[in-house]
Amino acid sequence: MSTPTTAAVPTKWWSGGKSPFNVEYGKLMMWYFLMSDTFTFGALLIAYGTIRFSSNSWPNPNEVFQSYPGMSEGTSAPLVFVSIMTFILIISSVTMVLAVRAGQEMKKNKVVFNLILTILGGLAFLSCQAWEWTHLHHEGAWWGSNPFLNEDGTQSSTNFTNFFFTITGFHGFHVFSGVIINIIMLIMTLNNVFEKRGHYLMIEKAGLYWHFVDLVWVFVFTCFYLI
Amino acid sequence: MEQTTQAEHSSNKHEIRNVTIVLTVLTLLELTLGFMMMRMADGSTAKISTKIAIIILMLAKAYYIVAYFMHLKHEIKNLIMTIVVPLTLFIWFIIAFLGDGESYKNLRNTYDAHKKAVSTQKVEIKKETHSEEGAKH
Repeated sequence: MSTPTTAAVPTKWWSGGKSPFNVEYGKLMMWYFLMSDTFTFGALLIAYGTIRFSSNSWPNPNEVFQSYPGMSEGTSAPLVFVSIMTFILIISSVTMVLAVRAGQEMKKNKVVFNLILTILGGLAFLSCQAWEWTHLHHEGAWWGSNPFLNEDGTQSSTNFTNFFFTITGFHGFHVFSGVIINIIMLIMTLNNVFEKRGHYLMIEKAGLYWHFVDLVWVFVFTCFYLI
Repeated sequence: MEQTTQAEHSSNKHEIRNVTIVLTVLTLLELTLGFMMMRMADGSTAKISTKIAIIILMLAKAYYIVAYFMHLKHEIKNLIMTIVVPLTLFIWFIIAFLGDGESYKNLRNTYDAHKKAVSTQKVEIKKETHSEEGAKH
């Protein structure tokens, strides 16, 4: 079944009797699921881009997203809070990689430790997002209502807030389900499910999903907050 | 289940650390450009080129996450191709849809005088509109 990939003779992956992708079924299907999810997010972001390109002006993200919790009245700190959110997600992705590596080395305690860190990172990100949504809602922004003016001082349509809440909401929902998946992985690890099974491949699949959530945030962060 | 031990190199530890550093540096670069962009005039060449630079940095970040964190670089070519080739559709998506948006804007500005007048009329009182909107909720 196993074919050495380092052999001098190139492996004939399509000759039958083995997986031509050299991964097990679940992992391949996770990749295909993530590809389909990429198209969903891509469609949302391209729709956002199309509407933005068809508008004469657009709200300036540096005026809209300029707050952080506990800041004093009248100050503005654009990009600061969202940078923190971005780093939280990157770091939680790193701890997830470490959990996957520990799983490959069959080190249960290390898996548990890194999974807990990843879950905490996910929860921290969700809390940040909850705060930001609440803050914007108090300013009068919601689906169908946009208190912000365009960059050139003209009246803005509700497109901006509609896209913002839909896309960050859809991403937040992915973070939420990722946290749930990681919690299930943690419980399974603690119950020695993977030890008995002899491998931690399930963690690798959960890891793929978690990295995808981080990947989508790279795009959402750039499209909404930076440009 | 022999695949569990695939691609277990001793360089893995360094790889994770290096990719973390690269992602952090790229994010910091993006943020620096974002802060620089605040002082640029809307629609100026400088601002547009900064935006393009940010998009290139974004794609570089995406590459590092997919290639190293999601391990795709160390998978065999068949798997890489089955994932990457369908994604090239995005090249067409982006060109076609953004071009369509741009064209719609230009057509409307040329032929719909009313729409153009409304969308270029500046709102007089800035602070009052905030509180009025807030009062509705």
